[in-house]
Amino acid sequence: EGGMGTVKQSDDFTLTGSLPSARAHRRFCELLPQEHRSVEESLQARVSLEQILSLPELKANPFKERICKVFSTSPSRDSLSFEDFLDLLSVFSDTATPDIKSHYAFRIFDFDDDGTLNREDLSQLVNCLTGESEDTRLSASEMKQLIDNILEESDIDRDGTINLSEFQHVISRSPDFASFTV
Amino acid sequence: MSQSPAFVLNVLETPEDPEGSQEPSPYDESEVHDSFHQLIQEQSRWVAEEGLELQQRQPETGALGASGSDHETMLGPEGAPVYSMATLRILASMPSRTIGRSRGAIISQYYSRTVKLRRRAGRPQLRDMGRSARPSLRLYDLELDSAVLEEEEKRGLLVKELQGLTAAQRDHMLRGMPLSLAEKRGLREESRPPRGKHRAQWHRGLLSCCDQLRDSCVLASHNLGLALLSGLQALMPWHYALKRIGGRFGSSVLSYFLFLKTLLAFNTLLLPPLLAFIVGVQAAFPPAPTGPVPAFTGLELLTGGGYFTHSVMYYGYYSNATLNQPCASPLDGSQCTPEAGSLPYSMPLAYLFTLGAAFFITCITLVYSMSRSFGESYRVGSTSGVHAITVFCSWDYKVTQRWATRLQHDNIRTQLKELLAEWQSRQHRRSACGQLRRVAVLGLVWLLCLGTTLGCTLAVYTFSELMIKSPVSAEREAVLLLLPLVVCLLNLGGPYLFRILAALERHDSPVLEVYVAICRNLILKMVTLGILCYHWLGRRVGTLKDQCWENFVGQELYRLMVMDFIFTLLDTLLGELVWRLFSEKQLKRKGKPEFDIAGNVLELIYGQTLTWLGVLFSPLLPAMQIIKLLLLFYIKKASLMANCQAPRRPWKASHMSTVFISLLCFPSFLGAAVFLCYAVWQVKPSSTCGPFRTLDTMYEAGKVWVRRLEKAGPRVSWLPWIHRYLVEDTFPIYLVSALLLAVIYLNIQVVKGQRKVICLLKEQISNEGEDKIFLINKLQRVYERKERSRSSREAGQSQELSVLTSGANLGPVFSVKCGRGP
Repeated sequence: EGGMGTVKQSDDFTLTGSLPSARAHRRFCELLPQEHRSVEESLQARVSLEQILSLPELKANPFKERICKVFSTSPSRDSLSFEDFLDLLSVFSDTATPDIKSHYAFRIFDFDDDGTLNREDLSQLVNCLTGESEDTRLSASEMKQLIDNILEESDIDRDGTINLSEFQHVISRSPDFASFTV
Repeated sequence: MSQSPAFVLNVLETPEDPEGSQEPSPYDESEVHDSFHQLIQEQSRWVAEEGLELQQRQPETGALGASGSDHETMLGPEGAPVYSMATLRILASMPSRTIGRSRGAIISQYYSRTVKLRRRAGRPQLRDMGRSARPSLRLYDLELDSAVLEEEEKRGLLVKELQGLTAAQRDHMLRGMPLSLAEKRGLREESRPPRGKHRAQWHRGLLSCCDQLRDSCVLASHNLGLALLSGLQALMPWHYALKRIGGRFGSSVLSYFLFLKTLLAFNTLLLPPLLAFIVGVQAAFPPAPTGPVPAFTGLELLTGGGYFTHSVMYYGYYSNATLNQPCASPLDGSQCTPEAGSLPYSMPLAYLFTLGAAFFITCITLVYSMSRSFGESYRVGSTSGVHAITVFCSWDYKVTQRWATRLQHDNIRTQLKELLAEWQSRQHRRSACGQLRRVAVLGLVWLLCLGTTLGCTLAVYTFSELMIKSPVSAEREAVLLLLPLVVCLLNLGGPYLFRILAALERHDSPVLEVYVAICRNLILKMVTLGILCYHWLGRRVGTLKDQCWENFVGQELYRLMVMDFIFTLLDTLLGELVWRLFSEKQLKRKGKPEFDIAGNVLELIYGQTLTWLGVLFSPLLPAMQIIKLLLLFYIKKASLMANCQAPRRPWKASHMSTVFISLLCFPSFLGAAVFLCYAVWQVKPSSTCGPFRTLDTMYEAGKVWVRRLEKAGPRVSWLPWIHRYLVEDTFPIYLVSALLLAVIYLNIQVVKGQRKVICLLKEQISNEGEDKIFLINKLQRVYERKERSRSSREAGQSQELSVLTSGANLGPVFSVKCGRGP
């Protein structure tokens, strides 16, 4: 009872919008093995990365590993607790502010976790977007041209990398960023 | 502003006593990291020893790492400078890089935001702080110290600030913080105001009680609103269907269905007043039948005539008298006693005013939704930066099926390649000959399209004149279907012809092609409708002098709507189903036909225009439109799922929604409003039917009523006064237009000013970036020098040691000063 109370409390600031925390809890419990599905255990349990990646919303997403890594709070970043799962749903819901979405989008795109998007991050991002196989990627010259153009457009302080403020500035100019919802 | 040149100057002027300077300097800050502090001391010592002159900052060539005078920074593989580990550590702890990662930085940022919110004032001015280092002022921590204590300090500060906010503001602030759930919960627990603190002072207690009451009310209403919203969303029709469509086909196809839902909402807004005040009342008090009612044959559903003519569906049925009159005409001249509970209801007035009010509400709603859509989708300077925006924002996370994601990969790749090609072609300016040729081809294609439109218009005009010349008897009503048939055929064939012609011209950007196609189709449809309107109001009124021309116009519009619906079904069947079967079986192609969003949306807008045109003559037309839209949704959805694939062209869904709704407002609603205004103000209503049969214009009903009010007495004199001076007089309209123009001009100037400010700020930021690179390189050189000096010192020491241990007595050992760099 206390567990579900904590779960319901998180409705106040998780912004899961149309998916209240109780339903999220149900979906999380589906990922756990049968014997650990009680309320107290589920709030403490952690779900491995492979199981989260089997969720239908994430299965086909090219950024699924990065998403799980960003939201995971375990030291080795390979498992998600129920609160991490709620965080994930809340950021991807319709009601999260663009600020939060752009903040987490930046962390997801930052493949080397150094706080900025440098050329390697950008080229990895473009490869994720265009497809996994070799013949779907852009050629080397196209990639270089594209990254040069991106940096030209968004790197305002001309240091060769895109930091969070510059990223948020680019995103704020595009109203289509609402597509960052599941 | 920027303090960095002063930094160099400071070192030069007071090299001997960096710590003793009078003004507060970076050295005094206890928050500055140790190694940083040491670094500065060493640097000043170097400078003092070597007597460096003030280096002139040479203009940067723009390449990274190429700075100042010496080019000692090593360049890595792609021209990016390779920094030593110490420099990299300091780089990694720069505020701009830690804000995304470090929790302490996020807490600090939100601390300053909370302060701003609470005190309604910004941070203390930097000018007043002198030359103190900015990072410490903004409380960004250097992650090098990963001391948990500092983060706890900052957390404590944030909690204190949160306690000062009201509960609603606090929750709103917490909602916006990109922290994890556990931390937010902890912050909320800690920032709850401790109870029993205000019990001492009663007035503060009262205020806090009111505050608490208000906050709990706000919270309760907010929770209720959320619950209602989630309940409504679950109840809302097609919620799950739309999610499926979005998941399989993406946001662009979804925008068509959302537009359909919007149109349904508009019609649902329009219908109830008409039902309540016009149709319902007249149905309750049916007029005396004028003649034998024709039997119901199936043809009425198509032609709208026959059995339906003398029904509540058309204008002619409505009476021009006051219904439910308390006393009938007195036969014996005695006074009439008003019956209890009867309310006289003037039908002409009700007809006019209800229509006017319904249109007014629709107009306001349209303009409001258009402005909101504009606000959401257009930003100042949003046309630049298309590469970055495509890469960062174009992945649609709603798409969940594997084959759909593969399609998205293909689409994005194509889009990126097209963007790059477009950029390349813009870089290489075409020759004058090529430009001329392109313009000539463009002009030719436009001429051909406009010529086609003109041809269609002439065809419709000729046919309509033909229909006038050969009057149709009651038995051959099916002939009346010919005109709508011709119009719909032309509307169907025109877009295909335009598409063939558009294959001749080649635009640089694919989005422009789409807009041009929409433009051409729209011109065709609107011009055709314009000719039909002239035909009805200009010619038919004259030829149908003794009959009910309004009924005829209403029936024509009914026929057009039905034909339009049939042809849309045909188009869906032939264009999508048959084409898919044909291309699979005969042409053996794998790809399904694309869902033509622009064409379908224009069809919807056309149908809605017909409804608005016909509402005056047939009040039940919105009900028909609602049924039509409902059927269309399910048919289009089924056809989409079975036969189509998402379009390959880049579609910015939000831009397109804005375009759709502005097209709905401008040619469509405005045209209908102009048509109706002309019909109400200028055209003489027929004298044999309808609520305005004895008047010169329909508007006269209102004027007559106002005159009667004037005569009624001084108590309601304000209404006639308003009517005389605001409605009939033209001066207020000029005034309102002038005000509107002034507001528009002001807004344009504001936008221009914002653009200028953005340019200036960008320049400023790039200057700061140059300063930053300069400082980093200086740091790098200092570290390198330290490394070299240390390595050479060690080498020297080992040399000394080897000399000492070799046993040779060389007298006093000279400590070789190997400290200097090269």
